[in-house]
Parts: sequence; structure tokens; C-alpha cells
Amino acid sequence: MLRIPCPWCGERDEIEFRYRGDAAVTRPGSDAGQEAFVAYVYRRENPLGWHLEWWLHSGGCRRLLKLLRHTVSHEIQWVGTAEQAPPPAQGAERA
Amino acid sequence: MSGPSRIARGLLTDPAKAVSFRFDGRTLQGLAGDTLASALLANGRRLLGRSFKYHRRRGIVTADKGEPCALVDVIGEAGREPNQPATAVLLSEGLHAVSQNRWPTLALDLLAVNDWLGRFLPAGFYYKTFMAPGWAWERVYEPLIRRAAGLGRLEGRLGDHAAPAEIVHDHADVLVVGAGSAGLTAALLLGSAGLRVLLAEQDIVLGGGTLLDARWTSWRADACARLASLPNVRCLPATTVLGAYGHGTFGALETLTAQERARFRGLRERLRVLRARRVLLACGAPERLIAFPGNDVPGVMLAGAAHAYLRRYGVAVGRRPAFFVNNDEGYAGALALAAAGIRAAAIIDARPDACAAARAREAGLEVLCDASVSGVLGRRSVRGVRVMLPDGVSRSIPADCLAVSGGHSPATALACQLGAPLRWQEAIAAFTADLPAAAGRSAGAARGIFGAAAAARDAEHAARALAAELARPAPEGAAWLPWPADPAATPVRALWEVPGRGKAFVDLQNDVTTEDVRLACREGYEHVEHMKRFTTCGMATDQGRSGGLVASAVLAAARGVPLSQVGQSRPRPFAEPVPFAALAGGEVGSHYKPRRRLPINDWHERAGATFVSTGLWLRPLVYSAESGWEPVLAEARAVRRAVGVTDVSTLGKIDVQGPDAARFLDFVYANSFSTLAVGRARYGIMLREDGMLFDDGTTARLGPEHFLLTTTTANSAAVLEHLEFHLQAVRPQLDVVLTDVCDQWAQFAVAGPRAREVVACLAGDLDLSNHAFPFMAAAEASLAGIPGRLFRISFSGELAYELAVPARGATAVWEAILAAGGPHGIRPYGLDALNTLRIEKGHVTTAELNGNTTAADLGCAHLLKKSGDFIGRTLAARPGLLGTDRLQLVGVRPADRSRRLRNGTQLVTSAARSASLGYVTSCTPSVELEGWVGLALLAGGRQRIGSRLLGVSPVHGETTELEIVSPHMLDPENARVRA
Amino acid sequence: MPPPMPMRPRVFPQATAPARRSSGRYSLWRLLREGFRGQRGWSQAWAKATPRPHYKVVIVGGGGHGLATAFYLAAEHGIADVAVLERGPIGLGNVGRNTTIIRSNYFQPANIRFYEFSLKLWERLERTLNFNMMVSQRGTLNLFHTEAQRDLFTRRANLMRLAGADAEALGRDEIRKRVPLVDLDNGRFPVLGGFLQPRGGTVRHDAVAWGYARAASEAGVDIVEHCEVTGLRQAGGRVTGVETTHGFIGADLVCLAVAGHSSVLARMAGIELPIETHVLQAFVSEALKPLIDVVLTYGAGHFYISQSDKGGLVFGGAIDGYNTYAQRGTLPMVEEVTAAAVTLLPALARVKVLRQWGGVMDMTMDGSPIISRTPLEGLILNGGWCYGGFKAIPAGGFTTAHLIARGSPHPVAAHLDLERFAAGRTVDERGIGPSPWLH
Repeated sequence: MLRIPCPWCGERDEIEFRYRGDAAVTRPGSDAGQEAFVAYVYRRENPLGWHLEWWLHSGGCRRLLKLLRHTVSHEIQWVGTAEQAPPPAQGAERA
Repeated sequence: MSGPSRIARGLLTDPAKAVSFRFDGRTLQGLAGDTLASALLANGRRLLGRSFKYHRRRGIVTADKGEPCALVDVIGEAGREPNQPATAVLLSEGLHAVSQNRWPTLALDLLAVNDWLGRFLPAGFYYKTFMAPGWAWERVYEPLIRRAAGLGRLEGRLGDHAAPAEIVHDHADVLVVGAGSAGLTAALLLGSAGLRVLLAEQDIVLGGGTLLDARWTSWRADACARLASLPNVRCLPATTVLGAYGHGTFGALETLTAQERARFRGLRERLRVLRARRVLLACGAPERLIAFPGNDVPGVMLAGAAHAYLRRYGVAVGRRPAFFVNNDEGYAGALALAAAGIRAAAIIDARPDACAAARAREAGLEVLCDASVSGVLGRRSVRGVRVMLPDGVSRSIPADCLAVSGGHSPATALACQLGAPLRWQEAIAAFTADLPAAAGRSAGAARGIFGAAAAARDAEHAARALAAELARPAPEGAAWLPWPADPAATPVRALWEVPGRGKAFVDLQNDVTTEDVRLACREGYEHVEHMKRFTTCGMATDQGRSGGLVASAVLAAARGVPLSQVGQSRPRPFAEPVPFAALAGGEVGSHYKPRRRLPINDWHERAGATFVSTGLWLRPLVYSAESGWEPVLAEARAVRRAVGVTDVSTLGKIDVQGPDAARFLDFVYANSFSTLAVGRARYGIMLREDGMLFDDGTTARLGPEHFLLTTTTANSAAVLEHLEFHLQAVRPQLDVVLTDVCDQWAQFAVAGPRAREVVACLAGDLDLSNHAFPFMAAAEASLAGIPGRLFRISFSGELAYELAVPARGATAVWEAILAAGGPHGIRPYGLDALNTLRIEKGHVTTAELNGNTTAADLGCAHLLKKSGDFIGRTLAARPGLLGTDRLQLVGVRPADRSRRLRNGTQLVTSAARSASLGYVTSCTPSVELEGWVGLALLAGGRQRIGSRLLGVSPVHGETTELEIVSPHMLDPENARVRA
Repeated sequence: MPPPMPMRPRVFPQATAPARRSSGRYSLWRLLREGFRGQRGWSQAWAKATPRPHYKVVIVGGGGHGLATAFYLAAEHGIADVAVLERGPIGLGNVGRNTTIIRSNYFQPANIRFYEFSLKLWERLERTLNFNMMVSQRGTLNLFHTEAQRDLFTRRANLMRLAGADAEALGRDEIRKRVPLVDLDNGRFPVLGGFLQPRGGTVRHDAVAWGYARAASEAGVDIVEHCEVTGLRQAGGRVTGVETTHGFIGADLVCLAVAGHSSVLARMAGIELPIETHVLQAFVSEALKPLIDVVLTYGAGHFYISQSDKGGLVFGGAIDGYNTYAQRGTLPMVEEVTAAAVTLLPALARVKVLRQWGGVMDMTMDGSPIISRTPLEGLILNGGWCYGGFKAIPAGGFTTAHLIARGSPHPVAAHLDLERFAAGRTVDERGIGPSPWLH
């Protein structure tokens, strides 16, 4: 069971949160064209390893969080608010 | 005395309290504190059940919950509970147990013929036959196999949703698993360091292996007393840690004693969800068996169990037991029995010599070293053993019981679940698992350190390390009495199998023999997981605890590779079988999901409404207890002809405020909201980013920076989440605040030609004229004296107003509406009538807005903004979403007006009756039109308006000719809503 | 996940002539004969092959779909120059971890056709493969609890009937008669009725992998275990082979059949797929005498259950709903699933659950699988099975073999191409959209 350290509420069980998918994709500009949107909506890196992902604390502060979590060990290396980005050192390790 | 084999006073039994119980119809006596197994052994009963496949006689093998053979059905008031290990069923007055898997009786079981046919029924025999004829599997073979398989029988109504159940959540700094010398020491040390400790022990008493050693009695008593005095340590006896789930969480099952059960209204067990910063695994090392012919005959048991029955219950498992061991620990039972006056027939030790052998000889016991048991004499019960001596001579030794110890395998399951790899340790002939330091430590026998004092010392080191890591260093010195010294011990020598004639079992419950393992290997099922699946070895209730490694060893020998290369099959939760009821907790039956009730639910109930569940909501379906359409149509007719009122409080309501509120809505809606004037409402459609319709609803602008957005009932949570996600992740620069106000506001729709008169009575001096308050107007208003909001919007297709008031004052407003409408013949109407009205009008709900329809499919493409970005804009233009042959919304009416419609009816042409062109999504008898009307999604539907198709419903055996019409079957000019 | 196995060179005679690797025909008579000689005459069900330097077709993944594809390539198209490469031992991924259900009750007409095609293959599979995998058509019964659900199921049942599949509506009394344990009334959502597919049922899952492996091996396919693919080699925009822990193996065509890990393998070719990997859990109870003689699904929560021939109740629920490659069970899901179980079948309260485990699924963006060519010429993908992969094994293998051999999609699988996402032709069973965690 995941225990997610919400920056606002503290460490909570996963059932308080709603998963919202890959946080590494960003929405293209409005006139980026279909191909860019197809990639944004459908194509996923789906890494076996570190994954930057969205979680909404729907059973708590209702803030959107970003997690850097390992998809095998489930270790959470970093958690931040929607505007934050993981520190580059950890970002580099993702590869 | 409670049975002839009770020779001493047990630690757990009370000789003053006799308890009578029944087994297979015979009434017997035991003592308070006995398990069913110990009481039966005390009475000299050996035969407890028949085995799974060969129906061989089986007795008691262990003294704990990991029992493979002695499973019984326990018959209680509620019914028959199958597969209870007699070794764990605590004796209670009147307990009634019966043996399983035999017919007609335990002594004479006809299916024992399987044992004779065994040569034709090797592992996996069923994969090779029963293939023809095709029909025979379900009708002949499978029913026979199924009846023969399975162990216990479930009977009676054992489930009762009212039965108490509990899931308890616990937090700690350190979870210590196991309360032997290691666990107790660790808990004492961590506790004295001030850490919050949970100490979970599977046994009903603390002490583990020290319970079997009299020298440890005072140490254990002292340790338990000290633990009890530490407020930061909680001991959980009778609690098995079931599995490790990562992030410091564990599931545990606590079994309540009879007294606790009485105290907690009959609660039988608790599921505990434990959360700890670290874990200390001191869960010991279960004893394993040795594979030799006849190692399943009643009377063959683990040496530790023989010892435990004597110490715990004062029961001698035999008058003349033989011991077959390959380690020093296995001698302890023989020595204890000797001290109690039961001399072992012989101790057969596979090793050339051992420290323990010397001690046994000193006690006057015969020890045969470098020897092995190559067979068991007796079929019904052990009569003797055949011993292979080092010189190759075989000798028969009379004995009435054979206690076996093939060594001890550290309990590695929890460590493996926490990611620890298995490591082979030749010195103890077993695998250990090194826990990642971030998770915690293993200590004592759980990591292969045998001997109570050595294990305790190991646990002290581990606990000190943990305390330091958690920044609460433990005080120097021992917080416990000195440990009694471990006797000198000779290491174990691996012995897995003794060859010989006859079946030698590696999984006693699933009847898997060494030959089965070799057959698996021959057939190429040579990976340990393949072997397990092919033979079913280790898949029974005991999870292969006593034989799993033996099977791996037999496989390794067959493959000709070291055991370390074969490994063990992966241990999965649960550590012991767990009743469904314990896992499910209290949220079952009518509490399975919450009930969401409307603010004026009590009024609806008083009015005699029939309720329906929509999602979690309970909504009035119709204000009548009668079934059928008439009450529904009466309500709908009132709306069409005069006026009605309905409760639409379930609609999602989201308050949107902030300087950028309009811009945000422009982004999330496919149509424009920045152009909406204050005091006006607009119907809006939302797309998903993939271009499909997501939701619709009416949104009103209450101020320049203030909107109130409504969603469909079904999607209210999803829309809120969708908006929150897009605001925070995609448009974080916008200054907008979203607030879910669904539960704060009740909302009532007053609809019908007389609606204006009714609402006028409530709205004070608000001018409701068409000019001042036109269709799609919105205003703050005092409604029946309560500050609220008034919207002129319509789902029914009639002149209609929706009144929003704070939930608390809602009943007063509802009653005021009814009072004001009385003269006009107002009626409350339920969900069914609402549905009738909207279908006639061609308004859609989630039946049509089903996630696979586009704006164009539902005929609202004209609403899409031509400029500006919004969610779904780009992908809605993909070719697949634009085709004219897509399923489009149409209306349908039976050509023969007397025929009814059904939802789910498929639309076909008479020329191609198996090619579905679409289906009926919603239908109802009509109020305004003759007969039934419906909505349908039809391929290229708009082109087909005016044509006829067949509606077929094969499951009802119905075919109906249908007219395809415009979905707007009533008032397409919208004259009524604008009236 | 099985414990990592040290790599051992395997010494088996280079089997090229199919006759040499035959494990002989399975039959009652042979079983009896072997009974008289200690079962000594059985040989390896499938030959443990060492890879050759080049194959016409290399299939990555020795699970149900990979092995079935290999078998049908040999049996239907005469292409036996095929290797199946498996990282560990065959059959231990999802084919050995599922709840063993077969059925063809789908909402999208194209999916009904595909799964019905599969069901028809199941019905004769044991004789096709000469391996009893215990295809047991005891019926799948879906309960409904609201009128909206009844309408959905009616629509589906009607569609199935039009497509030639079987489906029938059951009333409460019929449900009570068929599964007396069901509590129709006392749950939060009482049972209003059900829909039965009589030809649905269960299959002994491990045996499917073994049966296909044995038949494929006998037909000349090389099944190479403990051979992990570490890279895809390409030249001139075309795949030329795979890098493995046994070295490079050349191939004219490479087929990925590694559902759960499709993204990882596809990325070796620089392809990002419309897939997320999620865990789906399964559970089994202690063995009991016969209790439930149908595959039963609960409509008011995610829960399905059947009883195996051995007597254990096999059951499962929904995916956990976040990306993971960890094949293990979780605690919140077991609470949710057992709560549904006890609500629907109160008599199970005292039955004991033995084990829980997890399998990792390719969850696609529309909930439907992918059998398709890929942007890399010569690379074929069989994946994206979500949680419907087991029942699809025969059809998945059959149609993938067709695509490989003929170069064009099989008609019943033509809608499962990879281009459907860009083109807007998604096959979204439940209308959930591109949020795999919700499918």
C-alpha cells in the first residue's frame, strides 16, 4: 500500500488520493496540431523505473501533487506541488 | 483424567476444568486450554482425516496453525465451517467436529481405492486424458473430479451481515514480528529506548520456542512483565502478520479468544492494518519434514510438535515414540518425554555424531547415528519404523509414533515480500533472506541464528541498530534477566529424502510425492514454479511450510543441480488462511457502500416515494408504491398539463470564482462562457481531451467573476476532478477557485404551464415576466423567505424554474412550493416521470452521453466554439470522429403504436437482420404522443430520419418495426420553455 | 515474479526434426501403460531449445499469446522456422496469474466478433493440442442491480445474439436456483437479475501455456527459456533481429507478445505505445467441496468468482489504478474485493482466503487490445490486453499468426490496429476515454 507524503496534509494512505497519470507529458499549444495532441493524450513512456505522476488528494486538501515514484519498488523519491519540478539530480536518474 | 495420554500438567491446560466435545459423533473429554488436536491426542486418537487425492489416513503433524493434515469441519449453530486445523481450534464445551473427505466413514473410505490406483494417477494425469468426446468434460469427468476434490464442506448460512467485524489501524515506530526470545528481547530494548513498538505473535501466548524450555520460564515471565509495564509497547498475541505491503504497511490477523469474543459481541477476529517505520522480523524457523516412504502415516509428526504437546498440554504423543532427526533441536522432545517417563524407542540421527546424541545417551536413550528411517510399519497408524543402519543393515524398531525433524527453515516470506533476495546457507541447509536495511532487520532463527540465547543476542544487536537509525539510541545494558546458555550443538546435516518403496510425501495436504516431483522434472516442468504448478506442491492451506524446501531439494537432485540453484517458490500473502469476513470488515451487506440521501429525504419518505439507487444516491423514482407505468405517467401528465415539482439536488454543483473564472470556463467547456451576461445561464458541453463528449449541464453567471456550474448526477465527482486537474496542471496561471457545493445546495425544478404562477408566490417581488426573467435567466432571490437562487432552465421541455436553496432550509421551500402549487394541481414527480419528459423532448442523459459519443453525434456540433482553445478541440477533428456513418441520436417510435419499446433493442434492416446499425438507449410510454417513444443511437441516423427499421431484442424474442424520427419529438420550436 | 535464475547453458540435442522432440500422444491408454512402468516413459512436454543464429520469425514472450502465435504459425501457415524467446520459464506471466475466465460478452460489436472467435477456438482446443486444459463451459453469469445496468446488459446480450454468440436473461428465481449462495436482497444494491453466457466458463490457465508450448515444439518451433531480449536491432528502417542474453538472434520478423511489458520492449525500437502498465490482483481460497458451478460477476462492485476443479474459489477485482510493474497484491484491494464477495455471497464469510497475487497488465488508452504492425517495418505487436488477455489467447495467437504470415490483419482483429488512436477509431468498451487507470 502506498503511503503518500502530501506536502499539505502529511503522509496518508493511497486510498485518500486519486491517480491522474503521467505528469511528464505537457499539453501542447492550441495550434500544435493533431499529431502533437495524439502524442499528449495517448502515447506514454510507461517506464519500468522512475515515473513522474499526478495524484489528486481528493480525500484531503484536494490539491494536485506530483510524485516521482519507482514503478517496481514503489519507492517515492520526491513529492511536490503541481508547479514544482523534481530536482534535476533525481530527474537525471530517471533515465 | 482427560484422556489416557495425558501424563503431565501442561503450560496451557487447566486440569481442574474438564471440557467435553464431540468428534465424528463420539463424545470425548479434554481440558480447558486444549486444542482439538491435543485433546484428541490425549484420548489416543490418531486418525483425523483422509487425504486430498489418495484418501490415505492422516493424523496430526504439527502443533500450530501450519497443520497440513489434521483439518476438520467444525459444526456450530450457524452451520458447518470447513478446513479448520484441529491444531488451532481451541477446545470449548460442546465443540462438535467431524472429519473430512471420506465416505462413508473415516475408518472405511471407499475412495481410498485411489491409493491403490495411484500408479495411474500421477501428478498432472488429468492433462493427458479426458479429452474426448468434447461434451463429456462438463457432463462426466469434471463433476466426478470436482466431487472427489476439495476437502471440507461448507454448509448452512454462515454469513450474517450483522455479525460484528472490525478493521483496526495501528501505527508504530517498529513492528516486531514474533515473540520468541529474539522478539521479546528486541521489543524490550526498543521499548526502553522510548520507541513505539508493536509486538505481534502468532501463538496465543508469548514466548515462542522458550515455552518448550523450562530453563527459560523465569526469563520469559520477567520479560513479559516488563513489556506490560512499558506504555509504548503493545503486545498482540494470537496475531499473525499476513503479509508485507510496502511503505511500512502490514496486514495482520488477530484471532480473539473465547472471553474476548464474548466481550466484543461475538467478534471472532480483527484485521489489523499496521504501519511502522521499521520492521524487525523475529518470526523464527518452522521445522520441516523428511521425505521417506510412509511419512504420512498417522503417528508421524514433527519432533517440535511432539515436544509442544508434552509441554503445552501435558500430552504424550506416544508411549514409545521413535525420533528421526538430522539436527540437535530435534532431540529436545525426546529428552523432555524421557524426563516425563516416556522412553523413546530410539533416536535415529542422520549424522555420524552429535552433541545432543551424547546428552540423549546420558539420559539412557538409544541413539542410532548415521542412520535413517527407510519406512514406516503400519498402515492405520505407526507400529514401528524400519531403520537403515550405517553398515547397510536394516532393522525394524517397534514404535507407536515417529517424531521427525528435518531441520528448520527460516521464515522468509515477509522478507521476500519486502524485496529481500533468498540466499542459500549451507551451514543450516536452508535459505535466508536479508532484509533491505531501509525496511528493517531480521533476527534470530528468522535469519538462521538458532539457539534461544544466540537468537536473543542477535535480536539485541538488530534492535540497537534500529533504535540508532530512528534517533532513539537504547540505554546501555540489558533490560532483561540473563539468558540461559544454549547447549552446545552440532550443525544440521541436510537430509531431504530417504529412498525406499512406497509413497514419500513432500506436500501432505495436496498428496504430492517425491515421485510426482521427479515426474514433473522428467516432463520438463523443472523450474520450481513449473513443478509447483504441475504437481500443486505447496498450494494447500499450509502453503508448503513443512515440505516446500524438501520438494525443491528433490527437484534439485532430479535435475542434478545444487538446491541453491533451484530456489523456492515465491511466498505470497497470506501467512495463514484468512476468513473472508475478517478481510471484508464491516462494510458489507447493506453497509457495502454509503447511502447518499437528499436534503429533504425525510419528506420524500413520508410522501411514500419508491426510491432508486443512482450511484450512491437514493432518489425518489415515483411517489407511489404501485409498480407499472400508470403512477409515473400521472406525474408526467401533471407537468405537461399543469405543474409539477421534482428534486434535482443530486446534480453536481461547482462554484467557480476568481478573476479568470470566465477564461477557465471557456477552456473547459466546448462553448463560450465569457460572453455570458451576469444574470444569465447557458447550457454547456464539456469534451474530454480525446474529443468525446464528457458531460453537459447548465452554468449560470452570478457575478462578473462568479459562476455556478452544474454537472450530471453521474459525473459530478469526475467533472470536479477533471476541472481541478486542468486548473492545477494545465492552466495553473489562471486565478480561479473551485468549490464543490453539491451538498450545500438543494435544488428543485418547478415545471409545467402553471410554473410561473407557482414560483411567483415564492419569489417575492421578483418580476418573472418573460421580458424581465426570460428563458435562461438566473438571479439571486429570496425564495419563500430564504435567500437562494432562481434559474429559468428546463429539462422537461416545459416552462420551468429551478430553485436553489441552502440544504438546511430546503424542506420549508419544498413545502412552500407544494402549498403555492396546490390550487394549480401541483404534483411532486420522481425520476421516472422526469425521464419520460426528457425523452419526449429529446434531451440526453448518460444513456446517450456514454463516453463514446461526440457533440455531432448528439446533434450539438453547432455549440462548439469556432475559435479559441478548449479541451478536446483538436482531437475532436480526427477523421474517425467526423464520419457521417457514426452512431447519431435519433428518435424512435413503434410503427404499430400499440407495441412497446425496450432499451437495448438493436436496430437492423430487414435485409440484414444480424448487422446491428444501432440500439435504443432510452424509452418510455409517452404522455403527449401516442404509444411509446424512444431515443436511439443509429449509424448515420440523421440521414435515416423518416425511414423504417426493425428493432430486434433476441433475448426477449421480440421484433418491432420502428419509425426513425427526429429526437425532438415534442415542441421542437421550444415554444413551451419560452412561454 | 519468479526468482531470477542463473543462466545455465542447456545441453539438449539440436532438435530440428519434429519427430525427435515429440513427447508422444497423450491418451488414457498411454496413461494406463505408463502406470505399469512407473510413469517412466514420459519425456519433456516441450523441448528446451538453444537458439539458432537466425529465424524467419522471432516471438518475444513465452506467455499464452506468444506460444499460441508460434503454434498457429506452424499449424496454420506452415511456418516453423520460429523461436519463442522467454526471459524466465514460459507461462509464468499473466497466463499463469489470471482468474481463468473465458467469455465473449463485450459491448463493441467488433470485440464480440473477436472474442467469440476465441471462444470457438477454445471449444476445440484440447483436441487441437492433445492436451487437456480443462475447458469448462459452466457459464458466466453477470448480475445487475439497477435498471440502467439491465439496459446495458440487454444491449450487450442482443448484440451477442446477433453476432452468433449465446446470451440469455435470468430472473431472480433462476439465479437463486443456479447459485443458491447468492444473497439477492440484503446487499446495498439488491440483485435485480442477471445475464448468462452458457458457453462461457473457465480453463486451467497454466495448462494453456504448456499445451501450446508442447504442440508448437512438436511442430518444430524452438522454445527458448531464460533468454532475455535486451535490444531490437534494425537496419534501413527494418527490424533485423533481437539482442539477447544469449547473443544476437537474427529474424525476418519480430513479434512482441509481452503484455505487461510491451512499452519496455517497444521502446527498444523507439516506439511509445498508448499503454500504461497496471497491476490486477487475483485471490484463491482453500479447497472446498462444490459450491459455485458458474462464473459469477457482481454488478455493484468489481468482483468475480468461480470455483476451480480442485475446489478453490478463484476471484478477483479491479486494477489498483496506478502505474506499476510490481506483480504483487495490495491491502486496500483485498478489503474491497472481499467486501463485495461477502455482500453477494454471505456464506463465504467463514471461508478462508489462501493467497493473493498480482499480474501486470498492458492497459491501453481505450481498453481494447492491439494486434498490429508498428512504425518499425517487420515488428509486429500483440499486446495491450488489459485484463482480457487470457480468454483471447487462441484468437490472439491465431490472428497474430495470420498478420505475420499474410502481412494483412485477420478480419476479426482488423479493428485492433495501432493507428486507430491517431485516426479516432478507438474501440472503447465502456466509454471511459484515455485514462487507463479507470478502465
